[in-house]
Formats: sequence, structure tokens, C-alpha cells
Amino acid sequence: MSETDGNNLISIQDLQVHYRSGGGLFSAAKTVKAVDGVSLDIKKGETLGLVGESGCGKSTLGKAILRLTEPTGGEIEYDGKSLRMLSRSAMREQRKHLQMVFQDPYASLNPRMTVGNIIGEPIRTFGLSNGSVEQRVQELMETVGLSRRFVKRYPHEFSGGQRQRIGIARALAVDPEFIVADEPISALDVSIQAQIMNLLERLQAEKHLTYLFISHDLRAVRHLSDRVAVMYLGRIVELADGRDIYREPLMPYTKALISAVPLPDPELEAKRERIILKGDVPSPIDPPKGCHFNTRCPYAIPECSVVSPKLVRIKPRHYAACIRIDADNPNIEENAASGLGVLSA
Amino acid sequence: MSNINGTILSVDGLKTYFHTEDGVVKAVDGISFELKKGETLGIVGESGSGKSVTNLSVMRLIQQPPGEIAGGSVVFDGIDVLALPIDEVRKIRGRRIAMIFQDPMTSLNPFLKISKQLMEVTELHLGHTKQQAREHALKMLKLVGIPDAEKRLDEYPHEFSGGMRQRVMIAMALSCDPELLIADEPTTALDVTIQAQILELIRDLKARMGTSVILITHDLGVVAGMTDKIIVMYAGKVFEQAPTSELFASPANPYTKGLLRSVPDPAHEQGQPLYQIPGLPPDVAHLPPGCPFAERCDRAEDICRLEFPPFVEVSEGHHSLCHFAAEVFQSSAAAADKSTD
Repeated sequence: MSETDGNNLISIQDLQVHYRSGGGLFSAAKTVKAVDGVSLDIKKGETLGLVGESGCGKSTLGKAILRLTEPTGGEIEYDGKSLRMLSRSAMREQRKHLQMVFQDPYASLNPRMTVGNIIGEPIRTFGLSNGSVEQRVQELMETVGLSRRFVKRYPHEFSGGQRQRIGIARALAVDPEFIVADEPISALDVSIQAQIMNLLERLQAEKHLTYLFISHDLRAVRHLSDRVAVMYLGRIVELADGRDIYREPLMPYTKALISAVPLPDPELEAKRERIILKGDVPSPIDPPKGCHFNTRCPYAIPECSVVSPKLVRIKPRHYAACIRIDADNPNIEENAASGLGVLSA
Repeated sequence: MSNINGTILSVDGLKTYFHTEDGVVKAVDGISFELKKGETLGIVGESGSGKSVTNLSVMRLIQQPPGEIAGGSVVFDGIDVLALPIDEVRKIRGRRIAMIFQDPMTSLNPFLKISKQLMEVTELHLGHTKQQAREHALKMLKLVGIPDAEKRLDEYPHEFSGGMRQRVMIAMALSCDPELLIADEPTTALDVTIQAQILELIRDLKARMGTSVILITHDLGVVAGMTDKIIVMYAGKVFEQAPTSELFASPANPYTKGLLRSVPDPAHEQGQPLYQIPGLPPDVAHLPPGCPFAERCDRAEDICRLEFPPFVEVSEGHHSLCHFAAEVFQSSAAAADKSTD
């Protein structure tokens, strides 16, 4: 995936997070491949959007990059340094640079701590403050749009959007370079979502942050991201610039995802052609063989349930994982119509 | 089944208040609308806007106390629902008016097989025998597109995925062929590809069975493709009410306008900040004297903070709660004309 120009802040290769699941007296344990060999580069200053449905492994991938969930294989580099084999304490030291914002700002804030202490804790832990911690906390609160009068209040006294601001202030307290934002807006009301997206964008510009923005909301991902990675059952199936993934999605799954998003425009809604996928996302405990999407794919051929497709370059800066498309024949509908079989294996 | 003008449900000046330690919360404060047979009405609003309480009130599902239906009327097919003894309401609920909720897991009994739960409904309301009820349950599961329905009929709710559970809920809701279906955020807990399936199912069933539908959601995209008319709620009030196409083409309320503009549009180029409505929704227990939206509104003037706004009819069937409704409507309409030129 290294069509980036060497300016990678984060680079992961073949990252895996496998769990053992179940297993008892009468049944063998199974392996859940939550993240199944993901390679990605994230450039300094960019926002990489990671989109997928529930259970696809996107949150696990985000946590694994920060080693909040331990990967079971593969490599993670931050600014050229390997993170994967660092000791716990050495990794903790790196968290100054690598932070996370969570989906549920209530569950991720200690209800017994005041906002001032929540935001101040990482500053004290890392001994980062030159002046007074209180002053730094107040600056951070203003940065994220919270009145400094609230410093002595507790999380339950705030609305969802305000709590998300507290979570963002806490992440910013250590002056990080990289933030994993895991569904930071999905628990919020529509009018508040726009506020938080604008805040994230403003902070990125002011502080030269790099984001991994994880969401199931394609509209939000498209709005915030320079590049977008689409994930399905533990694997990246398409990766492209945000604009291209919308205008010219290559993968049948990406096309279906985009067409499933209802548009706030009755005329367009009446005219558009929807691709309605059959069935549910299969269980990650026992994903379909070959291409994980083959059970729901309208263009699947027998080979699809045998060969695991690799993520390959189809166009400049545009990658896809499908055995029925390649650089010479990027259009799946045409390939299917002309009866092209396995084009590359 | 419906009365002469084809109106199935008419709600007039409905007020539902909750008496809390923090004062009286006017969760729904004077809402009126009419639903014709076969129509789909969308009710849009953010959390706390009163959209769910409106429909719980229609179904008489408000717990009293702390809740209280403080005024107004609900007439369903000529029946004054608020005046009925609760036993009579129960006969309507589930049979003539059915509901589906956001979270199908909490609305299904985890200890009972799907068959039992589906059969109960028609045994109670339609007087089916066990045999008839079971056949009917099977027919309904097939109707909502559950594969392998014979086998799945005797499974428990936890054996179904989220999307399949929502299909079971829809099967249950429609099993007595209700005249009105109230769907409260039916797809909010689901993934987009599953949401598309469920919306397609509701659309299809509506066309086949002619059911009237009230669709409650926070997602403007969902109502755009599904409804004939829309009510936008804010702080317990109807802020705007219009036929669907007109609401999107020329909104007459600054709140609606703001909501529409704050949805990211995938077709637009990146780099532009998203329009945002500033501030937070008001505390419904302590509303200011004027317009509840004034503090967040970019059109607000002094009068908005002092006087409660009028509910203005800007064109036929299109109302907006705003001191400047006509002006906002005209500027939206003008902008819409320009963009179609």
C-alpha cells in the first residue's frame, strides 16, 4: 500500500488479532480472526477513514494499532519505530503520542472524577506541564469549546456532545501526534455531530494531527477523510481517496454500502438504484471461505469461495481485493456481463 | 374501516407532561396532525424532542404518574382514544394499531420461542386456534422474508441476528393486519445494509397491505425516501409540518434548514467545514419564554427571545413555527428555483 511518499506516521503490516472463542467439554475452541492480516500506511497529517459494519473488526484494528488490544501477529511502526515488541512501560511512554477518542463518552469517562481531573490526569501522569496543570486544563477546555467554569463538574452533568468534547480534551492533553477516533459521533444527535466533526477538523489543522477515523457512517467518513479504507470481516477490501471511493467504488461491497445510505433528498431517493444485499454479515467466528463477501456478492463465481483475494492496485491510489477485477478490467459489472472468469488469482 | 374523508388518525392539541423533581417537563406540548389512510407520516427530531412520547401517548402507553396527558384529543378511526377505558384501548393496540421499536431484543421475550410469541397475538386478537395461529405465524415469517421459516419458527430470539429480529417484530406487528403501524426508530440499531433491507420491506408491505405508517426517526435520509409528509419536532413542539418533497425543497423553519445543512453531502468536495447549529438543545423543564430555538438560531431577533412564535401556514399544508416563517420559506424556495435552473 505504499503509494504514499515516505511520510508515513503509522505503518502496519499484516496485522492480526485472533481470539480463541468458546470451547468447552464437548466443543473445540474456535479462532475468531477479528483482524486478519491488515496492512495500511497512514501519512502524517492525513485522516484515514475506516468504514465497515458492526463486527467487521474496525474497532479492534484501531485498538490494536495503539496496543490497547494486543495484536497476535504482524508489525506496527510509529514514526519509523516498531511498537509491537515494546515492553508495557515503554509502550505506555509512547501513548503520549498516540491517543484514542471513544464512541461512548459516558462509559469512557470516570463518573467520580471532575472534568478538571479527567483532563488533568494524563498531564500529571506524564509530567508534561511546565506551568500549572490547572491552567493547562482550562486552555484545553477552551480549545474544545467547553466553558472553563465547568472544571469542577462531573461527567453526568454534561450532555453527550459535551462529554465527547471532554474525551477529546483528554486525548489532546498529552499533545499527541496521532488519534484513533472510534465512532466519536455515532452516539450523538444530528445537530451535535456536525459540531464534533468541525471540532475534529479544526484541531487537526491547528495541531497538525493525524487521524484514524473509524465509523459506520459513510457520510461522516467521506466528509472527514482524505483516504478511506473499507473493512469486511477482518480484512481491508478497498482503499482509495475519499472522493474516488464515492464516485467510482470498485468493490461490490463498497457499492452496496454506498447505495444503502439513505439520502436526505426525496427526488434522488425516488430515482436511485439501490443494491440491496441479501442476508446478514456472516459471523466472524466462521467466516465464509475464500473471499469473505462471496455469500452476499451478486457477482460471486465458484472460485470466489476458494481463493482469498489480495488487496491490489487497480488504479493509481486505488486498491481493491476481488479476483474478478484487475487493472485492465476494473469494472465488475462489465466483467460479470462479459462472462470473464478468474482474471487474476 | 375509515371514516368519510379517509382520515385514520387525527391528533389535535395533544399535550403530554411529566411531573418531575425538576419541575413539569412538557415533553409534548400541543401537537396536531392528521394521517390519511395509506399515508406515511415521518416524525423527525433529536433526542428529547418529544417524537417518541407523541406516539406512546397515541397508544396510551404513558405511565401515570409521573406522566399525564394534559390535554388535546386523539381520534383513531372515529374513536376518541383518550376517553376509552384502558381495556378497550388494549383491544385496539396490537390489533388495529401496531408498534415496532428501535431495539427488537428488548421487545421480544428471550425465554419464549418465536412461534409462541407470534401465536399469542392472533390467539388473543383474532381468536385463532393453536393450529390456525401457527399457520398464520409461519405465513407472516415468510412474508417478512425470513429464510427457512419452518425451522426458525421454533427458535428463540437470541438465535436471530439484529436484522432478523427486527423482521420478526414486523411480522408480529403486522400479524393482525393493523390499519396503522407506528415504527419508532426501527432501523437505528441496524447496520446500513440491513437498514436498507428493512426499509425496503416496510415499503413493500405498505404497498401490498395498504397500512398507514408513522415513521419516527432522527435520520432525515430515512424519511426522505419513505414518507408522504413530515413533522419536525423540537423541544416538544411541532416546528415544521409539510409534504415531504416540499419540506426538503423549501424548508420554512431555520431549525429544519439547519438540520438539512448539517448532514454531510458525499457529493460535495471536501475541505469545506460542515454547517453546524451552535449550542445545545434546551432543557425542556426550563424553557425560555420565547422561541425554544432562538438561542441557537441564526435568524433570531429580539422578538424571538420574548414572544412565542406563531404557527404560520406558508403554503397549502405547510406550516412553520417561526416569527419569520414566510421570509425563511421564500428564501428557501428562491434558492431551490435557482438550483434547478
